[in-house]
Amino acid sequence: MQGSTVDPAQAALNYHAEAVATGHEEHPDHRIFGIIVFLAAESMIFLGLFMAYLTFRAVYPTWPPEGTPERELLLPGINTLILISSSFVIHQADTAVKKDNVGGLRKWFAITALMGAVFLAGQLYEYHNLEFGLKTNLYASTFYVLTGFHGLHVFFGLCLILGVLWRSRIKGHYSSQHHFGVEAAELYWHFVDVVWIVLFILLYLL
Amino acid sequence: METQIISNTTSPTSTATEHPAAWKWYDYFRFNVDHKVIGIQYLVTSFVFYLIGGLMAMALRTELYTPDPDVLNPNLYNAFMTNHGTIMIFLWIVPAAIGGFGNYLIPLMIGARDMAFPKLNAIAFWLNPPAGALLLASFLFGGSQSGWTAYPPLSLITANTAQTLWILSIVLVGTSSILGSVNFVVTILKMKVPSMQWSQLPLFCWAILATSVLALLSTPVLAAGLVLLLFDINFGTSFFKPDAGGNVVLYQHLFWFYSHPAVYLMILPIFGIMSEVIPPHARKPIFGYKAIAYSSLAICIVGLFVWVHHMFTSGTPPWMRVFFTVSTLIVAVPTGVKIFGWVATLWGGKIRFTSAMLFALGLLSMFVIGGLGGVTLGTAPFDLHVHDTYYVVGHFHYVLFGGSVFGIYAGIYHWFPKMTGRMMNERLGQLHFVLTFIGTHLTFLPMHKLGLQGMPRRVAMYDPQFVNLNHLCTVGAFVLGISVLPFFINAVWSWIAGAKAPDNPWNALTLEWTTSSPPPVENWEVLPVVTHGPYDYGMGYGVSHDSNPDANDSSDDSSAPPASNPILALD
Repeated sequence: MQGSTVDPAQAALNYHAEAVATGHEEHPDHRIFGIIVFLAAESMIFLGLFMAYLTFRAVYPTWPPEGTPERELLLPGINTLILISSSFVIHQADTAVKKDNVGGLRKWFAITALMGAVFLAGQLYEYHNLEFGLKTNLYASTFYVLTGFHGLHVFFGLCLILGVLWRSRIKGHYSSQHHFGVEAAELYWHFVDVVWIVLFILLYLL
Repeated sequence: METQIISNTTSPTSTATEHPAAWKWYDYFRFNVDHKVIGIQYLVTSFVFYLIGGLMAMALRTELYTPDPDVLNPNLYNAFMTNHGTIMIFLWIVPAAIGGFGNYLIPLMIGARDMAFPKLNAIAFWLNPPAGALLLASFLFGGSQSGWTAYPPLSLITANTAQTLWILSIVLVGTSSILGSVNFVVTILKMKVPSMQWSQLPLFCWAILATSVLALLSTPVLAAGLVLLLFDINFGTSFFKPDAGGNVVLYQHLFWFYSHPAVYLMILPIFGIMSEVIPPHARKPIFGYKAIAYSSLAICIVGLFVWVHHMFTSGTPPWMRVFFTVSTLIVAVPTGVKIFGWVATLWGGKIRFTSAMLFALGLLSMFVIGGLGGVTLGTAPFDLHVHDTYYVVGHFHYVLFGGSVFGIYAGIYHWFPKMTGRMMNERLGQLHFVLTFIGTHLTFLPMHKLGLQGMPRRVAMYDPQFVNLNHLCTVGAFVLGISVLPFFINAVWSWIAGAKAPDNPWNALTLEWTTSSPPPVENWEVLPVVTHGPYDYGMGYGVSHDSNPDANDSSDDSSAPPASNPILALD
């Protein structure tokens, strides 16, 4: 940041070299940074919803409100394990593509997609079998809105992963040098995973 | 060597960025990724909404000319009142100040050819017209009636369909704002031309950076609150229904966590415009560059922790009142830093009373009145007495009209030559300023007294004792309505047939003035090289384009006299 130490000509050279290295003739690739900024904003939506949940919880005399049916922990617990492990699985894809191993990328992405689909199916199964509906009481409403909103994000992440899989069939589309799509989908997936951990603690454990 | 590399950046290596040499008029009505087209799209679209919102305001003031609700149906009054506020905030000031000036100017000011994500930028803009259409469509269902704050339970029991459309509209503009902010943050942090030091970044860019961070952190929380409200209205949940265990105050927290920072979203870019307009028209370096830059960031941070001052009467516990009174008053400090910075910049300057400068000076005086009103309102003991009275209405119109709208006008007069290649008519500009200045005081100053006397806001009918001051307000509102005419005629006529503008009509030193007026599609043939601060006026720069090019060290501290070297003007 100190002007005296940075030679503008050298700065221009570095900037241009970085731009060329990332395949942009005008400027370096900032898309991952953009995704991170966007996810920071997204996390604020969840923070708002979490705060709403915690407020309800704090203000209500008993929580969950009296008459809320007991919740099964087994299925959501398994679901949680699946989603958390999928974060490790998708990271294998990232490692693979950085070694130009597109076959590995496809394999690990396919497994992640499968795990995500199982998570969503488990979630739907749980919705189907719960003894309370959206309107039962305040706990039920927040439960459905929070998990549903998160589920939408899982679904979107799944679409990203499938999109990358679809594109990866083109030879040379992803390589150790060019794999923005892979990294973006992975980042998004990690984000969805972290949100779920907080959500699980709030809704099921506390 | 370095010039070679820099000019290489224009070499035709790209096939993806094929574009015509200049845009045709119809390109402005289509999906276009050029930040300059998008900036103008934002400005023109939002101005149309400004006219619609302004007509609603005049209808409201007509109604309030007499104490009885005899002109408008009271429900229609509520709908106009709600949508006047919503349109002015979400479809005029925010998109014009951030979307319009931000998109047009940021790449030009930092020496970039476009924003970091041009396509995303265009998508963000095109979310606005449908949002406006939804809002106007809500009038088919009675129009939302619950004010721009949409507090439950009122918003749950009035005009459900219209309220739903209102929510969808706000979620759309919110999404647009988030996507735009992502673009601004990345662009400003990463895309400065390499020769530009951080201390040479124009203050408008600092302001937009602070604005964007604030928008990114606060807008999503509003979305959360509105989604819950949407569920309450349409799907039978009871998040905000007190009779079913819901919590109305929670909505207020979620709402104001966004909507107080929204005040800074509407004024921070304007502060940026002020810092760009005052120095070139006063021919003096900005006073306290670093102080003004950092105070934007300070407002951004402190501004996130003041929202409860809107809720002092909502059963807020005393400790909260104390905390949020103190934090609110702290915001006045960085704001005051800016005000004094501008006053000190003007002190002893060779002030040119151009239309842009007139509006900037008008803003300075108006905003001080609005700001002082804000300090009184931020103090819980006083606020408890004037909450929901016309005192509040007077205060925020001084800030938003006397502040934000004056700033937008100043910006338009200042950058119109750059945007269109034509000069605006100064006589009409002066007429516009005088009418607006008088109209603003006439409309909003009496409101303070009305509020202190106890006249509640958001009512179509009031006690006859308030009638005289309301006459003044209504007359003022019509002066304001008329004041738009000289501006509108000036803008349209100048755009078509105004005098041709030179590249740098104000002899200003920021980078946007180093390219042609209007700039070519990718802003510069060859990217400029920054060799001095953006406000080094009175030091021999900006008058002629050629002086000694031998010194090539750039000064780190813009408050210190730099080595003598102008921007290498590349034409």
